[in-house]
Amino acid sequence: MLSIGMSVLSLSRFQFAMTTVFHFFFVPFSIGLAFIVAVMETLYVVKRDETYRRMSQFWGKIFLYSFAVGVVTGIIQEFQFGMNWSEYSRFMGDIFGAPLAIEALAAFFLESTFIGLWMFTWDRFKPGIHALFIWLVAFGSTLSAVWILAANSFMQNPVGFAINTKTGRVVMTDFAQVVTNPQLWLEFPHVIMGAGVTASFVIAGASAWRLLKKDHESFYRKSLNVALVIGLIASLGSVAAGDVQTRYLIQNQPMKFAAMEGLYKNSTQKGDWAVISTFDTKNHQTKSSIEVPYVLNILSYHKLSGTVKGQNAVNRELHATYDKKFGKDMNYYVPTKTLFWSFRIMAVSGGLFILLALVGLFFNRKKASTIMRQRWFLVILGLAMWLPFIVNTTGWFVTEFGRYPWVVYGLLTIADAVSPTSTVGSLLFTNIVYFALFAGLGLVMIILSHRVLKAGPDNVDVSGYTSESHEPHVTDPFGTEAFNHD
Amino acid sequence: MTNLQLLWFLLIGVLFSGFFFLEGFDFGIGMAVRFFGRNTAERDTIIQTIGPHWDGNEVWLITAGGAMFASFPMWYASLFSGYYIILFLILVALIFRGVSFEFRANMQTSRWRQFWEWAATLGSFCAAFLFGMMFTSMIQGVPMDADGNIFGNFGTYVNLFSIVGGVAVSLMCLIHGLNFLQLKTSGSLRDRAQKWNKVLYPVLIVGEVVFVGLLYMTTDFFAMKATSTWAILIVLVILTLIAWWGVGQAHNWTAFLASGLSLISVVVLIFNGLFPRVMIATNSAHSILIKDASSSPYTLHLMTIIAFSILPIVLVYFIWSYWVFYKRLKSPEIGEV
Ligand code: HDD
Ligand code: HEM
Ligand code: HEM
Repeated sequence: MLSIGMSVLSLSRFQFAMTTVFHFFFVPFSIGLAFIVAVMETLYVVKRDETYRRMSQFWGKIFLYSFAVGVVTGIIQEFQFGMNWSEYSRFMGDIFGAPLAIEALAAFFLESTFIGLWMFTWDRFKPGIHALFIWLVAFGSTLSAVWILAANSFMQNPVGFAINTKTGRVVMTDFAQVVTNPQLWLEFPHVIMGAGVTASFVIAGASAWRLLKKDHESFYRKSLNVALVIGLIASLGSVAAGDVQTRYLIQNQPMKFAAMEGLYKNSTQKGDWAVISTFDTKNHQTKSSIEVPYVLNILSYHKLSGTVKGQNAVNRELHATYDKKFGKDMNYYVPTKTLFWSFRIMAVSGGLFILLALVGLFFNRKKASTIMRQRWFLVILGLAMWLPFIVNTTGWFVTEFGRYPWVVYGLLTIADAVSPTSTVGSLLFTNIVYFALFAGLGLVMIILSHRVLKAGPDNVDVSGYTSESHEPHVTDPFGTEAFNHD
Repeated sequence: MTNLQLLWFLLIGVLFSGFFFLEGFDFGIGMAVRFFGRNTAERDTIIQTIGPHWDGNEVWLITAGGAMFASFPMWYASLFSGYYIILFLILVALIFRGVSFEFRANMQTSRWRQFWEWAATLGSFCAAFLFGMMFTSMIQGVPMDADGNIFGNFGTYVNLFSIVGGVAVSLMCLIHGLNFLQLKTSGSLRDRAQKWNKVLYPVLIVGEVVFVGLLYMTTDFFAMKATSTWAILIVLVILTLIAWWGVGQAHNWTAFLASGLSLISVVVLIFNGLFPRVMIATNSAHSILIKDASSSPYTLHLMTIIAFSILPIVLVYFIWSYWVFYKRLKSPEIGEV
């Protein structure tokens, strides 16, 4: 084929990255929103305050869009292992398939069934039972995260397996180890907290925009309050979980950690931490950097002394360990710039989220209406609603690019994982179509959410399936139109 | 072949059967949106019949895919990589139809509403057609190397038999969907669906005869297991006739169950013909056998325990959710647009 830097490998990788990143715009948003909507509906059940009911229906509407896009992009994920990565599927099927199948059985059925019930039965069940449905949806999506992350964690840190000497494939020897993989139980809290951050800051941001327009002040201030409380807990949680992960990485994937910190040489006892650096990745050198002493050690070990291995040293170790299996020509350096900057964006944003939540809660105290006067703050909050999507993506960049050159750490290289049947032509075609499709879906999603916000909390119709022409729904928007009985 | 391998081969068949039974009428309802619904109000009602269910139905496909990956990775890898473009088109179709229901309801101009209605209709049609095409071309045998990699050309995927297979499956889905519509609505929609199916059934029977002829010529099913193949085909035809009768008599349940079971009998036909293989190669030495394609006994054992403990619970609430929405929907009055 034309050699313009497009190989089956690079196109397959691009496709995987593009489709998962897109899937993961909606995943944390759905997981977080399901939970927040459940909290809102529970507040309604407990306090019998109509505002909370409207609140859960209103934000629930946006949740349904996100869920729909999450579902249709999820199917791509499941299929593409076989389609683009057939060698990977053959190699890993014994382990990878199990969590995937369990995810579908235990989680997807639960989510999809109860979301259908939740959408259409506002007028048919007692509020408490109805709230239970959305809790089951939230539970289902959390469960789905556990199982898919179990699969992903095996790839980061293989445990509970053996290699079949005849076929060279992985076989599972201990399922308990696969599900108690330490990587999983570090990744899972971090991802779930990230989901909480995502949904709460989107709600907070959207509410902030409406407050700037002085629209439904009490409704949006209440929404803001719920969102920021959850946002504060979630951002504290994600920082705490991230901190534990960081320290685990030093042991388990030192190359990833060294790249996150931009270290080529081993660090000195002083623990200089680079705020920003420039790199010469060809020659494996840090060109220049602004450094603060001791911070690296505090981050890595929670104390002032100690050293961290640089990429050069790790590279030598990896060659010593793996040369027999993979040959001398492997390149074990990971994309340093990507990891370094992704990590900084993520960590700084973590701090920013905490700050925003604290300030917002302070301004939004019940007695004061300071928040209505702090327009600058509302603007910042409004803009910050896009940040979680970037942060989630950079997080996965760290995790996934930092695993280079392997798909399954230490066992299978990315280059050996692609389908031998793939061609540049078909991959190019599918990449272009996916890209166009995602751009279109994203756009519609944004337009529709805007429309819901503009229409305001008085005009929600969660059941969704009645058309505009059946308007006006003023009296009872959740009434029986959605389900005309005999 | 071990018992566990056999069990999982059957379970994959069961999951695909569930998928075709359930998503079958979903696809049919989707097609009906534009082909059958005459105005916005009718289309609303048509979509409402599957509103709470379509995602749950699709999870049968996801589970079937996941279970295939877990229990027969070699099968999953060969089939999915070999049918790359067809599966890609299926995904595009499923994406369009999946978001269409949610998006359509919130469009403000009729132009855009129509766009999503067509997305539902064509997405459902293409998905059904392409699934039919994939399975029929697969059972003819495909050019495959010893590692299970399929290197087919256009004709491997698109040929007379596979086109007939695609048409037959999409027609069966449309009919099944209209039977579901008769079950779920009252009034004019129900009457018209009945009228349509009275006409569509004879067409389907002709299609089935052509299908059997081509099956005879292009697959080894009759050569290898004539008795069982004939038996299943006879069941298929009888079910079709029962469904036709049910439509005529307005026995909605009979018609619906029979059309669903006839979709399942197609799945049974395919799995029966495949056995003891999972993929048929044109060079029969390269065919993939059940005994070589599966995961380790440990994984199969584990998956069996898990499947049999979770599936019953799933079935309980899955069926309960249909029960909740058991009531018929009224057809919109003429003039109400
Ligand atoms: C941390 C969470 C998470 C991650 C990393 C992934 N997903 Fe996902 N996925 C979900 C969390 C989730 C979810 C929250 O459960 C979704 C999103 C919205 C939704 O409807 O369910 C979902 C939907 C979803 C669906 C559709 C389910 C349905 O129809 O109800 C499939 C088939 C997958 N995913 C498969 C995958 C695969 C194969 C992934 C690996 C590359 C993946 N997902 C990454
Ligand atoms: C939990 C389930 C996941 C699994 C099993 C998984 C698995 C994989 C696989 C097989 C690849 C291709 C091999 C490679 O190029 O390294 C990959 C790459 C990648 N994934 Fe993931 N992934 C998961 C989740 C995610 C998510 C949710 C995101 C982002 C939002 C993500 C971002 C990426 C990126 C950016 C790449 C490209 C890295 C590269 O090209 O080297 N992954 N992952
Ligand atoms: C100071 C704060 C943070 C630190 C120290 C931190 C640290 C980390 C580390 C070390 C990883 C890589 C884990 C691995 O490769 O095994 C990671 C991944 C990730 N981060 Fe963060 N993080 C922080 C804040 C955040 C925030 C606020 C979000 C989301 C809003 C987030 C979202 C993610 C995601 C989605 C991943 C990929 C999944 C995973 O491996 O857990 N992070 N983070």
